[in-house]
Amino acid sequence: MKSKKVVSLIATAALAFGIISGCSSSKGGSSGSGGKQVIKIATQSPLSGGSATLGEAIKLGAQLAISDQKKAFAKKGFDLQLVPYDDQADPKKGVSNAQQIGSDKSILGVIGHLNSGVTIPSSEIYEKNQLAMISPAATATDVTDRGLKVVNRVCARDDFQGPAGADFAVNTLKAKKIFVIQDKTAYGSGLAEAFRDAAKKLGADIIGYEGITVGEKDFNGVISQAASKKPDLIYFGGVYAEGGLIIKQARDKGLDIPIMGGDGLDSSSTVQIAGDSVKNVYLTSVAGDVTKVAAGKKFVDAYKAKFGKGVESYSSYGYDATGVLLKAIMSAIDKNNGKLPTREAVSQAVRAIQDYQGIINKVGFDNKGDNKFAKVYIFKFDKAAYPAVQQKAISK
Amino acid sequence: MLAHIIQTLPQVIVDGLTLGVVYAVVAIGYTMVYGILELINFAHGEIFMSGAFIGTTVLLILSSVGFLSSVPAILAFIIIIVIASLATGFLGMGIERVAYRPLRSAPKLITLITAIGVSFLLQDIVRFIAELKTGNYIVSAPSLFNDKIHLKTSAILPQFGDALFKSSFLVVLIVAIIMLVALDFFVNRTKWGMAMRAVAQDRETASLMSINVNKVISVTFFVGSALGGATGVLFMIQYGTIDPYIGFILGIKAFTAAVLGGIGNIRGAMVGGLLIGFLEMFAAANLSTLTHGAFGAEYKDIFAFAILIAVLIFKPEGLFGKAVVEKV
Repeated sequence: MKSKKVVSLIATAALAFGIISGCSSSKGGSSGSGGKQVIKIATQSPLSGGSATLGEAIKLGAQLAISDQKKAFAKKGFDLQLVPYDDQADPKKGVSNAQQIGSDKSILGVIGHLNSGVTIPSSEIYEKNQLAMISPAATATDVTDRGLKVVNRVCARDDFQGPAGADFAVNTLKAKKIFVIQDKTAYGSGLAEAFRDAAKKLGADIIGYEGITVGEKDFNGVISQAASKKPDLIYFGGVYAEGGLIIKQARDKGLDIPIMGGDGLDSSSTVQIAGDSVKNVYLTSVAGDVTKVAAGKKFVDAYKAKFGKGVESYSSYGYDATGVLLKAIMSAIDKNNGKLPTREAVSQAVRAIQDYQGIINKVGFDNKGDNKFAKVYIFKFDKAAYPAVQQKAISK
Repeated sequence: MLAHIIQTLPQVIVDGLTLGVVYAVVAIGYTMVYGILELINFAHGEIFMSGAFIGTTVLLILSSVGFLSSVPAILAFIIIIVIASLATGFLGMGIERVAYRPLRSAPKLITLITAIGVSFLLQDIVRFIAELKTGNYIVSAPSLFNDKIHLKTSAILPQFGDALFKSSFLVVLIVAIIMLVALDFFVNRTKWGMAMRAVAQDRETASLMSINVNKVISVTFFVGSALGGATGVLFMIQYGTIDPYIGFILGIKAFTAAVLGGIGNIRGAMVGGLLIGFLEMFAAANLSTLTHGAFGAEYKDIFAFAILIAVLIFKPEGLFGKAVVEKV
């Protein structure tokens, strides 16, 4: 009896000791490696799930930017670290990650999210924590229209992307009868509506406006409806998982007309899913073709060498957004006489940035946090290969 | 308005039939297990999904060793579907042995929750494996049957539009019908089928009549899951793209089809599946024309489910179900 008690006492003591020592070692970590103060940059993007291809690209872009600038920060006595969070493209997960990020005081800024639907609720939490957020990819108008102080983005807005697409469809492709399909998400329906309204204004006839359910694989019903109305162009507001299938099933129904989509289709997965059907597909994207500029080519090579993967559409914006954030942190450090700045100071410094030279675009924020220099690019798939060929760049 | 509906009808029938037979075969898996155990096997949709993934894996392996180009597509297809259905058959049997049999005397709710747990487990295991290689779990398979067939339905009736489909549609349709007929024969005409029906009627009495109940239940799971897995392959052939979550929505709709036909009744499940598939297609193609744009194609599920509710109000046991007399 007694020996059992002794054993359990020892066991408890050992456990307690383990817990305590665990605590102390984690404390040691946060006070800095090698006596340096730690500055963490969080990324929030879907690293698993259907849009993991794009989410991963944002994370890797940020990682590259951070490893590029690690030395500059080390000189000032700071240790720069990246903490990637997986928001699973799920608003609930995004918000709970945001709470965690908010409570980690060494995090000075967030790069993310990919999805507007996740960005909007999560940014409320960042606002509460006065934590600067720069999104490389969230295009919905509501992201910045709520007037939050900490929310910024380097990409263009949907009410710019939709009309730019409509302009190209009506004036360049000469589409008269347009059939619009959207996926009922904040992103898809917002983009499709913006496109529809702009196309109507330009004199095109919208012969159908239909919704589909995300996660389904059979869209033949909607497509045969479209086929019977004989449109000149189909517009899809949504992401590649459904978009790729719609392209494929439309071609199977003999619809060899141009199909157009937004930046949600700007992924190598679109080509993978649609295969050869992807020819004659146009898309508007807020991310340009990086290989067209000299700085971009260097970026592509560095990315490939570091991660062994090709760049995706948002890789360069992930890199730029992080670059902007780091520049802001640097200037906040200088203002604070070389000491660790507050989160508030960092968010103010981010908003104050007016002409950061990114890979393709300049970045400068207006009073809402939108990038004044953002452009919309139009791409076309001529063969079943990613990336598509850039046709046109449209600036505001 | 009517002209538009009639014009699209041939195409709607073709597409509705494709989706309908897929629902029908999956619905059978639900109905068989319910008939014999009174358990709604929510993992069945995931077994369907596993079948699609196993089939795709086999297809990718075959095409990477160059086997695909040396044999006719139909032979490759038969090899794939046999491997996938055997694998999922044993998977279903294993799930029953590990997760459901120990709980057979436990309250029904506990087995039901276990079934949901199993379905999550399968989803994430498949996702994990699929992500290992590319980091992307949406998998596209090379298409085996790609010839487009133009059905001149307008020649029959001038109001009809033409229907267009891929040859894969014929493969899906024929294989599904073969499976349905074979299953009907198996259940109604063979010794094992009779044993299965006996166990479904009364498990205790059946065991007194020297029927090995555990074995019969295992066989039921094997057959139901093998059919589900084979349907997964059909789905992959038809749509070309799969992900670990296809089983969820499809499973729910197939389950609805089983309820519509009268759960526990195999022929009912077949009819229910075809009906749901057709209604869904019809609604997606015509709903906005019918309501002058007030309801778009996105309400297609509501249309199909409203009909389910209407049927259940007037015939709670389903279209083909018999009203159950409480066993005393």
